[in-house]
Amino acid sequence: MPLIRDGEIIADTWRVLDEGAEIPGQGDVILSLERLRNGAGQIAARAGRTGVAIENSADPGELEAHLAHLDLIALDFPAFTDGRAYSQARRLRVHFGFAGELRARGSVLADQAGFLTRVGFDTFELAGGQSLKVWNASARSMTLAYQRGYDGGQATREAVTELPAPA
Amino acid sequence: MYRYDEFDATFVRQRVKQFRGQVERRAAGELSEDEFRPLRLMNGLYLQLHAYMLRVAVPYGTLSARQMRKLAFIADSYDRGYGHFTTRQNIQYNWPRLPDVPDILGHLAEVEMHAIQTSGNCIRNVTADHWAGVAADEVEDPRPYAELMRQWSSLHPEFSFLPRKFKIAVTGSQADRAAIRYHDIGLRLKKNTQGEAGFEVFVGGGMGRTPMLAARVRDWLARDDLLTYLEAIMRVFNLHGRRDNKYKARIKILVHALGAEEFSAQVEEEFARTGAPRIMPGEGELKRIAAYFAPPGYDALRDDDPALALRLEKHKDFAGWVERNVSAHGVPGYAIVNISLKPIGGIPGDASADQMRAVADLAESFSLDEIRISHEQNLVLPNVRKRDLFAVWLSLGEHGLADANIGLASDIIACPGLDYCGLATARSIPVAQDISKRLGEPARQREIGDMKIKISGCINACGHHHAGHIGILGLEKRGREYYQITLGGSGDESASVGEIIGPGFSSENLSGAVETIVDTYVELRQNGETFLEAYRRVGPEPFKEAVYATH
Repeated sequence: MPLIRDGEIIADTWRVLDEGAEIPGQGDVILSLERLRNGAGQIAARAGRTGVAIENSADPGELEAHLAHLDLIALDFPAFTDGRAYSQARRLRVHFGFAGELRARGSVLADQAGFLTRVGFDTFELAGGQSLKVWNASARSMTLAYQRGYDGGQATREAVTELPAPA
Repeated sequence: MYRYDEFDATFVRQRVKQFRGQVERRAAGELSEDEFRPLRLMNGLYLQLHAYMLRVAVPYGTLSARQMRKLAFIADSYDRGYGHFTTRQNIQYNWPRLPDVPDILGHLAEVEMHAIQTSGNCIRNVTADHWAGVAADEVEDPRPYAELMRQWSSLHPEFSFLPRKFKIAVTGSQADRAAIRYHDIGLRLKKNTQGEAGFEVFVGGGMGRTPMLAARVRDWLARDDLLTYLEAIMRVFNLHGRRDNKYKARIKILVHALGAEEFSAQVEEEFARTGAPRIMPGEGELKRIAAYFAPPGYDALRDDDPALALRLEKHKDFAGWVERNVSAHGVPGYAIVNISLKPIGGIPGDASADQMRAVADLAESFSLDEIRISHEQNLVLPNVRKRDLFAVWLSLGEHGLADANIGLASDIIACPGLDYCGLATARSIPVAQDISKRLGEPARQREIGDMKIKISGCINACGHHHAGHIGILGLEKRGREYYQITLGGSGDESASVGEIIGPGFSSENLSGAVETIVDTYVELRQNGETFLEAYRRVGPEPFKEAVYATH
């Protein structure tokens, strides 16, 4: 499935490590929360980058102790109507100051683009059959936002310098 | 009234265009119905028994004449010449066609309206006291905060896919006309001893199959913390609310499961942490919004109008209407006119396009261009000079809008029920019509006095039956409708959940049973007690005995 960043399809350098496999020293690998917990020492010594994928019922606070060694956190949308990962993302960005890559995976639909971007996601594993074109149209469909204290993509009333011409 | 600036206008136009694109993708098969469903719901579009239903937001129930005329235009052009005002201060159209909906939303945008988040598992249209800003007993006007919350909740990036729908109500009076304790979040605006504004905060109220009154989690929340605190509540709910069972997914279940104290502790912890980015707008923006709700240009008048006194003496019908339908205004010489949408034997909350236009004309001529929708499915002209009351009454009468039954037995709340709704298990409208005819004779209902009868056609309780003095719940057993009666519910500041009195009634026996309950009350009441007061004194027994002896 295509991986999107900043409105473009990019190559995915990350691979999800199989449950039983050794944690390699090199390369970008995504671990489960359990592997992350158990392999803390090994991970700190890795030359490659390390990421973690958590379920949307997990407490993002569990990652706090590991954040220094994490370059990517993948959050899950088991259904696009299950919005827990929006709040997980918000906690990671605001409470824990996570500055690495936040990735959305699972049931990621074009119509979520604006919401996902604003709570702090950077990369998106677009679910089956959707085109980049539709994603980008959706991402650009709302250029304004009322909520203050969220970043990305849309302008608040205070931030807006020039309103777009009426459609 | 709030007016859109370019920012608001652009936001709504972009939203219409976005939905138009989604409808096109659905038509082209690029979106499945499962994918499209949450998107259309967030734009107010349901699929009902016979057709789509579009629910248009009337934020905190406030409308101008121009907006009401547009609603009439939509009723004429895209529906069958009428609309249905709801218990959430919205209006529903029952017969729109899907391809027309983007155009309807476009028409709404022209008059600064929308259907954003009138449905779906998101923060719904914020409701408020329908007398906000004009009630004689008000501490402070809640509308600027309702508008602030409307904006803040619109397409919220974090809270648009919640476990379940989320309803917020706000009042600025001690008398609760917004049923705040029956909402997911209820806010009571108040002032501290320094004269600063803040809120009493209630969380976890709701109706449905598990009716609960909201618990108080804060006695005082400073005004400047409002949105930050709301976000803390929403985040705890979004992360921990149940998603495995839609009947257990409302925040009331979470509050109940954790206990109000533990829930509140989690919110406070979240609140303490979310201090970093600024969620509330600055003072300038709060002032910008508040300025729209400054008192309109009232005339300096004496409070008593000699011409009115004369009319009251001469016209008994007019006097009866004033007594029931006109309420105290905070400004001398002015009154609040409540327009009943409950004609005897009619459909509660329905208004024809002609009636909408008539009300719009009256608002322009006599109410400083303002109309309100009440959660009891009636309309309000909030700013009428007492000297104009007679002219307003005459004109309302010409349009079938002068029923003098506000707060009486025929002022019934009813959901659309099985006549329209895909969720309903029984009909509500014919039941309301029956009871209204049975108890609606003017002298009779005046004799009965204050009485709130509320009817829901299924367990979801859109007709607020749990909060009815007499509540009626329509169910279905072996292909037949039957109706459960609850007594003693109330949505006001003395909120309570009604109690089931016993086995249900067939549709043939129901209105007779309700009449027996009413007769029993009239017999046993003491010293002018209302039904609710009498019920709270004597309990359910005398009513049960009377009803089950005869039905």
